[in-house]
Amino acid sequence: MSTEQETPTVGIWQVFSTVFVRDLRIAFSSWSEGLNPLLFFVLVVSLFPLGIGPDPRLLSSIGPGVIWVSALLAMLMSLDGLFAADHRDGTLEQWVLSGQPLSIIALAKVCTHWVRSGLPLVLMSPLLGVFLNLPTTALPVLVVSLLLGTMILSLVGAIGSALTLTVKQGGVLLALLVLPLSVPVLIFGAAAVQAVVEQREALGQLALLGGGVMGALALAPVGIAAALRVGVSSGD
Amino acid sequence: MFKWIHKFGSPPFVYGFSKALSPWIGLASLGLFAWGLYLGLVKAPPDYEQGEVYRIMYVHVPAAWMSMFVYVVMAISSAVFIIWRMKLADAVAEASAFIGASFTFLALVTGSIWGRPTWGTWWEWDARLTSELVLLFLYLGYIALRSAIEHPQSGARAAAILAIVGVVNIPIIHFSVEWWNSLHQPASITRADGPTMHISMIIPLFVMLGAFQLYYAHHLLVKLRVVMLERDRRTKWVAERVQNGKL
Repeated sequence: MSTEQETPTVGIWQVFSTVFVRDLRIAFSSWSEGLNPLLFFVLVVSLFPLGIGPDPRLLSSIGPGVIWVSALLAMLMSLDGLFAADHRDGTLEQWVLSGQPLSIIALAKVCTHWVRSGLPLVLMSPLLGVFLNLPTTALPVLVVSLLLGTMILSLVGAIGSALTLTVKQGGVLLALLVLPLSVPVLIFGAAAVQAVVEQREALGQLALLGGGVMGALALAPVGIAAALRVGVSSGD
Repeated sequence: MFKWIHKFGSPPFVYGFSKALSPWIGLASLGLFAWGLYLGLVKAPPDYEQGEVYRIMYVHVPAAWMSMFVYVVMAISSAVFIIWRMKLADAVAEASAFIGASFTFLALVTGSIWGRPTWGTWWEWDARLTSELVLLFLYLGYIALRSAIEHPQSGARAAAILAIVGVVNIPIIHFSVEWWNSLHQPASITRADGPTMHISMIIPLFVMLGAFQLYYAHHLLVKLRVVMLERDRRTKWVAERVQNGKL
């Protein structure tokens, strides 16, 4: 046994990229599962005209809100069980024990979650904007607002997902924890699009969302890591 | 200092302290309630715009203040619990959650009743009412999370993290809701809180706030005893108290 062997020093970036690449591989190996949130998003948005009526003016006035609420729910759906598989097979425990910064590992997990759940919604959103008769000038703002907003939702939602790690059937509880916290994202995201629809400036709302991304990036990983530690230690 | 915390934070001491103090605080609270309600409902003059209706303020405003105060208490004691692993702090947070949710609910209901004659509707998406509603959800999430996790200690720590995350978010939520409201409903509500309140209307408000604070303190002390008995039911000091008939 070569106990004298030096333990290689691992940089933060290496920790991040290792977990990120591993998770992306897992995500792509079961890509059909990863498309569920996107399907849900498209389905919910296309149900609204059926429930409300096909009046184009009405649709374009409620469109931003409908798309945003549907995106929020789709993100929420994808958050359920974000850490569950890693918790079940012991990977999470190894991460906690590894001595590497857990918040960086958590951040990598969140980034993959965003790539597989948030990004498809962002890419699909212009099409749904057209569905709901949004003016074409509003579509870029819709994309940018969802791009920033889904990042915040991934980060904040992961805290809730980590907190409900050991809860069986934690879906409704997760919604109860995450939805109140995502009120500001919904308000500013939908308002940005609404502003363009009403031919006003949307830069302020987008800037606030950008600020939200920065704040969440700085604070949320710490919260996620703390919550994961609690979840892992309760398994005795 | 830690020795000091250890002694005065120990369950037997706090139990005795709470038992000796809580009846007096309860009595003081009752006295303030009687005085405040008399001042508010009888002595204070009717509002020149709202008439007698505004008197619901003497329940509504203290309840709304308390709903936020209790959440801050909960978050601070959660932080103390997370940082120093002080179990008493967690017991304070647990004992506060339900009463805080009740204050929030009371503020919402009285706000709704007040809204009916003054705004002409039971529910207005007024910024403050909406923030209170979100606050109620935060409280319910805290209670639900704590009870959903089987292992009591990890339930306590998970709930504490949630309380801290919530208190970071509350200002952001409040600000965003206010901004959202001013955007969607420009000055459609004439919120008739008048230019400035007369002193004879303000004094009862503060008396009522004192009554609410003392009521919370009383409730907290009693609930703390329940929480401590439940947690320490297998320890010696509880057994001794049961034997001596001094529960």
